[in-house]
Amino acid sequence: MAATSSRPIATDWQRLHPLSPVLRSGRFLVGILAVVVQQGFAQRSLLGGLGVLGVLVPLSLVSGYVSWRVTRYRLADGELQIDSGLLQKRQRRVPIARLQSVDVVRPLVGRFLGLSEVRLEVVGSNDKEARLSFLSDDEAHRVRVELLSLSGSPEQAQTGADRPEERLLVKVPSRVLIVSILLGFPTIVGLSLGVALLATLAVSRAAAGGLVAVALPVLLISGQQVVRRVLQEYDFEVAESGDGLRLRHGLLEKRSQTIPTGRVQTVTVVQPLLWRHRGWVRVEVDVAGYAGGGEEQQLTAALLPVAPLEFARQLVDRVLMSPLPVPHAPVPRSARWLAPLERRRLLLGLDDRFLVASSGWLVRRTHVVPLAKIQSLRSTQGPIQRRLGLATLHADSAGRRLKGLSAQHRAAPEVAALLDELSVRARAARALP
Amino acid sequence: MQDAGLRWLGLDPALLRLRSGLATVALAVPGIATAVVTLVLSGPVQAGGVVLVALALLGLVFAVLRRQFRAWGYAEREDDLVVRRGVMFRRTSVVPYGRMQFVDVTAGPFDRRLGLASVVLHTAAAASVAKIPGLAAAEAERLRDRLAALGEARQAGL
Repeated sequence: MAATSSRPIATDWQRLHPLSPVLRSGRFLVGILAVVVQQGFAQRSLLGGLGVLGVLVPLSLVSGYVSWRVTRYRLADGELQIDSGLLQKRQRRVPIARLQSVDVVRPLVGRFLGLSEVRLEVVGSNDKEARLSFLSDDEAHRVRVELLSLSGSPEQAQTGADRPEERLLVKVPSRVLIVSILLGFPTIVGLSLGVALLATLAVSRAAAGGLVAVALPVLLISGQQVVRRVLQEYDFEVAESGDGLRLRHGLLEKRSQTIPTGRVQTVTVVQPLLWRHRGWVRVEVDVAGYAGGGEEQQLTAALLPVAPLEFARQLVDRVLMSPLPVPHAPVPRSARWLAPLERRRLLLGLDDRFLVASSGWLVRRTHVVPLAKIQSLRSTQGPIQRRLGLATLHADSAGRRLKGLSAQHRAAPEVAALLDELSVRARAARALP
Repeated sequence: MQDAGLRWLGLDPALLRLRSGLATVALAVPGIATAVVTLVLSGPVQAGGVVLVALALLGLVFAVLRRQFRAWGYAEREDDLVVRRGVMFRRTSVVPYGRMQFVDVTAGPFDRRLGLASVVLHTAAAASVAKIPGLAAAEAERLRDRLAALGEARQAGL
């Protein structure tokens, strides 16, 4: 698509985009401006405020310019090298072999200026991600492709210095997304609180007041979640490219992510109660080594925010590169004492590549762990489970948010046998190509 | 886990002595204090009752610690390490050697006095940290070196 550069891989030192200091200090300056204007109105002396502004604006521009001047990056010796800092020099070396993912992020203002930020995730690092902020859009994509082609398989290298060919698989319609989010958990919380409120109001006004005080923060949090989901998952697109699945989403901040093929640790298919009659599900994945803060973990979770079950199944098959076994093995009757409602949904399935477990009564979940990604297997058995001859099987994976799967309340001898069988199968699966 | 053919190794008995000793101290201090107060306020018979209750409690704690100690076990299989523990809540972990990211040997001040050390295995999954407490220091080091060597030989990518 972007045939803008036929330049070879950048082994020379490069600078960031000259407009990056403007964008970076932009937020800071807007904050200052707000304070100054507000103070000015309060004290009716705009002059003093302007004076402060007259000092701060050039100061931040100069410091931004200096930091831009001393920041440079290049790709050399199998590393992405980023030098920055004038007095406190910092040299960051990111080994490309350990690169987990490369995201291109476009903040709102960046979109107007044509600037993007490149964020790198490294395996086994809890460090904050390395980032290049900011590059021009084309340059950002070029760097991303170069990094991925250097880190990845030969196929990726062939697609080379250009943006890999992408094929759009799905685009979630905005209406469906918003309806699905409104039918989710926060709405249920809101509705049940509303009903509870009406019921209490009928009994006593004071009690209703008390309930409002309790309910209000909960409602605010639910509302916030709804808004955040919409902001993050709006315009959700899934495309297939040489290096894996490409996700693009976001209303204000466009974010694009790559789910590298073969790095998926856990997949979860969730179906909340109110989605059931529409046949919708949500697919979440966890890729190893995604560090970053809570926000980013949230962002990596959805592979597909909402889709019909059949379609979701196809996408999961595609990301795992193989059809999945169907969970079919039920739990013993004695499990009814511990999971009376959920018992019939507790199913387990297994083949040479995957372990699949379903659970959940109101919110139905199906968890998938590729056998080759199992980090360890565990069985746990509580005192009641032991009376009933039951045990729980856990398969741990390296995901940060989805930490593997557990199959609850299965027959204890079955779990013991599974521990052995799964270790053997997992070893065989690791040896597979 | 099929037990057949597995050579389960237990923890060092010094750990049981250490834990029993710590429990004795933890119970003795409030026990003696209560006994003395009861002696002053009520009389020798009641104080004797307090002492008996404290001793019974200590006996119970000893029994629990003993069962817990015996429930611990680990077995080195060809391709993975199996760790089991727990009396009320039983757990068994199977960690493939190739999945170990690193192995720690740790020893607290009490451990060191008795020549004990713990081996902690870390994999890339947060849930699968396997800890074997209270091994003789030499055994802990042997295990660490063996695990590290096996892990190196069978390292698998994520």
